[in-house]
Amino acid sequence: MSAVATSPSYSQPDSDNFLVNSRGFLSWALTLDHKRIGLMYLVGVMSAFGLAGILALVLRAELMTPTKMFLSNQQYNQVFTLHGAIMVFLFIIPSVPAALGNFLVPIMLGAKDVAFPRLNLCSFYLWVVGAIFFLTAMLATGLDTGWTFYTPYSTTTQGPVVAATLGVFVLGFSSIFTGLNFIVTINTMRPPGMSWFKMPLFLWATYATSIIQVLATPVLGITVLLLAAERVLHIGIFDPAYNGDPVTYQHFFWFYSHPAVYIMILPGMGIISELMSVHSHKSIFGYRFIAYSSIAIALFGFLVWGHHMFTAGMANVTTIIFSALTFSVSIPSAIKVFNWLATMYQGTVKLNTVMLYALSFIFLFTIGGLTGLWLGALSTDRMLHDTYFVVAHFHYVMVGGTLVGFLGGIFHWWPKMTGKMFNETWGKISCLIVFVGFNLTFLPQFVMGSRGMPRRYARYVEDFQELHQMSSVGAFVLGIGLFIALGVLLHSLFRGRKAPPNPWGGATLEWQCASPPPYYNFKTPPRVNEPYDYTPLHFRGDDKGWEYVHPTESDAPRVDEVESKPATN
Amino acid sequence: MLASNFPALLADKNTTFFFPPRASTFAEETDAFFLYILWISLFFFALIVIAMVYFAIKFRARPGYQGDSRPLHNNALEITWTVIPTLIVIWIFARGVYGYIDMVTPPTDTIDINVTARKWDWSFQYPNGAIADTLHVPVDKNIRLLMRSEDVLHSFYVPAFRAKQDVVPGRVTTYWVRPILRGEYDLFCAEYCGDQHSEMIKRKGVVVHDQAGYEAWLAKAAQPPRNPVAHGYWLYSRLGCKSCHAVEPGKRVVGPSLAGTFGETLKTADGESVVFDENYVRESVLEPQRKAREGYQNASQMPSFQGKLKNEELDAIIAFLKALKDNPALIDAVKDGDLTEDEAKALGYWTEESDAGESDGGAAPAEDGAAAPDEPSDAASATESTPPDGSENGPTETATAN
Ligand code: HEC
Ligand SMILES: [Cu+2]
Ligand SMILES: [Cu+2]
Repeated sequence: MSAVATSPSYSQPDSDNFLVNSRGFLSWALTLDHKRIGLMYLVGVMSAFGLAGILALVLRAELMTPTKMFLSNQQYNQVFTLHGAIMVFLFIIPSVPAALGNFLVPIMLGAKDVAFPRLNLCSFYLWVVGAIFFLTAMLATGLDTGWTFYTPYSTTTQGPVVAATLGVFVLGFSSIFTGLNFIVTINTMRPPGMSWFKMPLFLWATYATSIIQVLATPVLGITVLLLAAERVLHIGIFDPAYNGDPVTYQHFFWFYSHPAVYIMILPGMGIISELMSVHSHKSIFGYRFIAYSSIAIALFGFLVWGHHMFTAGMANVTTIIFSALTFSVSIPSAIKVFNWLATMYQGTVKLNTVMLYALSFIFLFTIGGLTGLWLGALSTDRMLHDTYFVVAHFHYVMVGGTLVGFLGGIFHWWPKMTGKMFNETWGKISCLIVFVGFNLTFLPQFVMGSRGMPRRYARYVEDFQELHQMSSVGAFVLGIGLFIALGVLLHSLFRGRKAPPNPWGGATLEWQCASPPPYYNFKTPPRVNEPYDYTPLHFRGDDKGWEYVHPTESDAPRVDEVESKPATN
Repeated sequence: MLASNFPALLADKNTTFFFPPRASTFAEETDAFFLYILWISLFFFALIVIAMVYFAIKFRARPGYQGDSRPLHNNALEITWTVIPTLIVIWIFARGVYGYIDMVTPPTDTIDINVTARKWDWSFQYPNGAIADTLHVPVDKNIRLLMRSEDVLHSFYVPAFRAKQDVVPGRVTTYWVRPILRGEYDLFCAEYCGDQHSEMIKRKGVVVHDQAGYEAWLAKAAQPPRNPVAHGYWLYSRLGCKSCHAVEPGKRVVGPSLAGTFGETLKTADGESVVFDENYVRESVLEPQRKAREGYQNASQMPSFQGKLKNEELDAIIAFLKALKDNPALIDAVKDGDLTEDEAKALGYWTEESDAGESDGGAAPAEDGAAAPDEPSDAASATESTPPDGSENGPTETATAN
């Protein structure tokens, strides 16, 4: 017990626990605590995910047969629009940065809160308002433009396009404010001793993401406003009926939406860097490279939007340049994968739930990345563009990558957020089912795509039926896996063992405060250390977890017998 | 290759596990390139997964084992895994550009066909003025498509040709192809275009003939039926009306059914009543938004055909709609998607052509050119034989046809 005392913020009175230090609806609704805001975001984005996931299952069920099962063409179009729009705007973009980022950024910095707590609450409410606006608009009248709002369909269809674009506009501000807050927080609130290169890689990823959010999202705002103006006032920019050009719209749209792909994946990569290192009990391989590459990806990401438009009728030279730039972004991502693998080398790898999710991420993200080669190459893209090959590719990146990384992150930080340990066995089972279900869903789609099955089709040619059926069965398996994961987490809230401050042996600062953290995070600023140096960590048993003993405090007793038996469950 | 492992998934001999038939000159390069990338990817993927599994087992936490947590460095390794992928990616980029240049650079000796995409149909205008809703091309000739859209984005996509190109309203986009294998291929719209996007699937919508077959088809397709009702139906099925209007009474597709309403009094969306007469049809076709019918103000709007129809064509459409009124026999004949010469004759909607020479090529019992008469069977046999090179049969065919 005396060892525990060596870090000042280890034991906290229960009344300080941020979850219960104040009670009642308003104490949450008006909270400025970044952790509570993070949790509210978590509940919000997961609800959005649940809704959009159910819609995905509806689509997959309809696609069991080539002809109509229960959705008319029009309903199918509305459902895929809702699925895509909710997943992108309400789930993936805010998922990691807003939910986990809010919770972790200040604690990883040893700070009390983000730089602008009120702005933070404001961005949460903007998200809520945007979400309500968006959802009611779409559910009430049925938006059928696809999440991309391509003109001139979106300027002529009957759906609630203007309302939905205003929803996107509001959501964009939520995203911008979050990004701004993180940039300022990371720039100004790093504790003494934490130089840029002593920051956890999750913060580097968050920083890079925030740059994109702040620089790119305004373009989305402009795009949707112009779209609304074109639709209502016929200003003549996107609709050829008024001398506009649809390809211009696509440039505007992808100028945001390609960087947005990196808003979606960079934080996932940041999570994986943490997970691989902590659960391999091994210093991260190539720290500087991973840190720099996050920023490089963020900046290069601004130059490759045209790869969504290789068949749209751009000039040939432009097309070739965009292809070259696209390939240049692929290299840093590839090297990150090698770095994560090398991190395991000679480490002490714990194959627990979190690690299985991290390894699944690497497996799936690699497939997502490699299949990008076909789409970046111009001749094969002309064959595969707008087919299921693309659908499978981006689901491997967005779901296999971001979602699986996000789940891994939730499991990893769950004990910290809730103070409860989850059931490892069921956690691993959930990961296994998610993994199998995911691959069964999306691997067949690559083949469908190369055989010519176009995307966004409510009906299809019978030849594709077997593959579609495999995919649909996979989707339901995936759904079951995710449902079990949810069950594991919820179960832990009621039945879970109490979590020690540092159950996994992480060296970053969030593991030095209690689980769950007190509302003030740290009573005294924590001592800054190397984020991936595990030598000062000592295992004190399952109940007490790992303890960080600063090298200068090595007079503290070292329990070497216990130490040689790390948690393996 | 992989094909033999998955027989159940294969449609016919010409398709392989990954690919539809190789019906154009692009297919060979694209497919080979696709497979090269596949092997490269499989190699790296295997490397990554093997390393991952091996490390996870070899360095797993277990009693009595303690890894080393200190950071590692290996410059040689890091340089290797940066440089090799970079070189490979440069090669993939370059080869992609090579194939792309071919796809976007039409040769100079092309047969030009004008393509119009609209919700939710295609129409193809041939050099001799023929219009059809399917694409007919001769084998081993360079074909160039000049594509326009009347409404929203569409994308011309024939998997067997491998290439696709968006059709952008307000622009003319071009697409060229040199078909090398006779047969019938599916045509898809690959860019989302609204309600019936997936109904733009045209099974066997692309027919690659031999030269003689193409010429015979072309000559016949240029000749609309003489009889106004048959002509009206001919237009109805070629101009895209078919994709929005059913001929069965009361059946709603996107627009209202066109059967059984002629002469009736209808309510418009503004609550006025109008009589469905010659004038109303005229107005509906030329200025569809003027008087939208009640219950359809939310339906996707009908495109205007202003300037696209000659007077006698409009009259033919009117004649057809008139004939549909209380005429179960005609409805029966056309609701399966065509009106064959025999059907038309039986119903009395056939006017013999004055110059008999024209109808020679069309002696086959088929409707006016919507499907290639005897081509399919030839094509099927060509399809059965050696894969990409259907041209071998070409000359003999031409000889017999002459
Ligand atoms: C994109 C779908 C679409 C296409 C293609 C289309 N229409 Fe329509 N049409 C509609 C819709 C929707 C309405 C009902 C709204 C209205 O009256 O404008 C309609 C209304 C009509 C009406 C009035 C019917 C009534 O009961 O009031 C006529 C006549 C008509 N169309 C004829 C044609 C002809 C002839 C063609 C082909 C040359 C054609 N349409 C092509 C969608 C279409
Ligand atoms: Cu992109
Ligand atoms: Cu379409």
